[in-house]
Amino acid sequence: MIRYEDVVVRYPGATRDALAGVAFAAERGRLTAVVGPNGSGKSTLVRALLGRVPVADGAVRVDDVRVTEHGHEKMAKRIAVVAQREELAFPLTVDEYVALGRFPHLGGWRGTRAIDRDAIANALARAGVEALATAGRRVQELSGGEWQRVRLARALAQGGEALVLDEPTTFLDVAHEMAAFELLHELTREGVAVMLVSHQLNLVARFADEIVLLHEGRVAAAGAPEDVMQAAILERVYEWPLVVTRDPAVGAPALLPLRVGRRA
Amino acid sequence: MTTVIDRVRWPLLVLALVLALLLAVALGTISLAPAAVWNALLGRGDPAAITVVQVLRLPRAILAGLIGAGLGLSGAALQGTMRNPLAEPYLLGVSGGAAVGAVLAVALGVGVVFLPIAAFGGAVLAVAVTFFVAHAAGTRGDARILLMAGVVVGAFANSVIMLILGTAPSNAVRDAVWWMMGSVAAATWSQNAWLATYVILGGGALLLWARQIDVLALGDDTAAALGLAPEAAARRIYAAAALVAAATVAAAGLVGFVGLVVPHIVRGLGVRQHRPLLVGSALAGAALVILADLAARTLRPPSELPLGAVTAIVGVPFFLSRLRRLA
Repeated sequence: MIRYEDVVVRYPGATRDALAGVAFAAERGRLTAVVGPNGSGKSTLVRALLGRVPVADGAVRVDDVRVTEHGHEKMAKRIAVVAQREELAFPLTVDEYVALGRFPHLGGWRGTRAIDRDAIANALARAGVEALATAGRRVQELSGGEWQRVRLARALAQGGEALVLDEPTTFLDVAHEMAAFELLHELTREGVAVMLVSHQLNLVARFADEIVLLHEGRVAAAGAPEDVMQAAILERVYEWPLVVTRDPAVGAPALLPLRVGRRA
Repeated sequence: MTTVIDRVRWPLLVLALVLALLLAVALGTISLAPAAVWNALLGRGDPAAITVVQVLRLPRAILAGLIGAGLGLSGAALQGTMRNPLAEPYLLGVSGGAAVGAVLAVALGVGVVFLPIAAFGGAVLAVAVTFFVAHAAGTRGDARILLMAGVVVGAFANSVIMLILGTAPSNAVRDAVWWMMGSVAAATWSQNAWLATYVILGGGALLLWARQIDVLALGDDTAAALGLAPEAAARRIYAAAALVAAATVAAAGLVGFVGLVVPHIVRGLGVRQHRPLLVGSALAGAALVILADLAARTLRPPSELPLGAVTAIVGVPFFLSRLRRLA
């Protein structure tokens, strides 16, 4: 559904291209995870999808149409994106914040209809933040993890055929992180294309259908978790000694970074 | 979870405006009994009272209300769109440009007739220059760049004003300085009619775009993710807000602090989304400026205090108390 075709993005004044010809696709019904070290171009991929960075070469397409031709509004009705950066200058309640996810579906004057209210209630329930909403909590008062889940709820309220998340589980505790990944898995079963930028390699290895490993703006490896989660590849990309073992519970590949200071 | 404030805020805002209007019509240096004021409003009774109420007090109160509503609307829209609680209507070069136009008209001796047009023209021109400077700086509609461009244009306008005033005759300087301190003393119905046009059209546009402001307040990336072209949307909102502000400045000079403080007052009443925030800011702004003008003309009769000074005196302590609560 979302296809990157040899995408090149160049930030003005940068020494190298942020994306130097990245090609992969995030299809419906699949969880596609984008991983890679800091500065490898993961967030730039998301911003290119949003049309927030000029694509110097190649194209980002949604169902064969360039995203720039779709226009923001049409895109937002089909793809919900939670970007990494977000500002909150003024207070909002959880309810009000999640309701903003319906923005692309509303006109200038019309209020929320039953379909909007259902979508909001459903999103609050699925993201597990109903209690925060009914308590009338302000978004500014939330913990980092609660805030992440509320942002996920906003994207769920937005709905659409694809969900793109830039590091959505960064501040989540173990239980909430697992719940978030289970939810993403559930969404793929419903036919949604889920594209996830994450640093949680071990969880990604268990949940993703495909992993795209970025390194310095290029795809270093892509494919099934078994193919990408290889010690030689990961050591080269992350520049850190590590071993890849097996998850004792489910047998998925698991990464174990080694200590270097006291190893000798 | 509805609190007392949730139930009373709208009646409170409407009541404040109605009360302010009634007081402004009833009180003044010429004391009239409430019954006489009522009769005068209906065009009955003592012709002198009718003149005081219908020609002096009422148009003046309406002008003050329009100024306050316009500044409140403009300030609320700019704060949300710029994601900056310190944004206010006179940013983007409005005040500096208007002042240059006004001072120029006064210095050339055509102030009596052309001052409002010159002020309006100066404000619009300065806003255009601010947009151009920000655009030339190359970043795509970054609110911070636009703010800095506004500051630069304002500083340049100040130097122009000083140059003009430095060479102008002293009575022209006094007229110009008085104008810059803000006044609604010269209110007329025709002036009210055209200012109302700007406030209603500009305010209507801002109300239409209120949901866009909600989304823009989350940052440009999120706004784009929610289907808004953030730069284009922000430009439209800036233009409408600046136009309303320019119209108020042309009508009554600089009335400081209203556009900055009023949105904070309304947020303090628990209003968070921008459509109700804009409506609330229009009501509260109108009430505040009407009361400030009432104070300006009744505290030290027969002379009048500068309206801008009164609004600032009211605004500063309020703003300080808000700062304490934020800290």
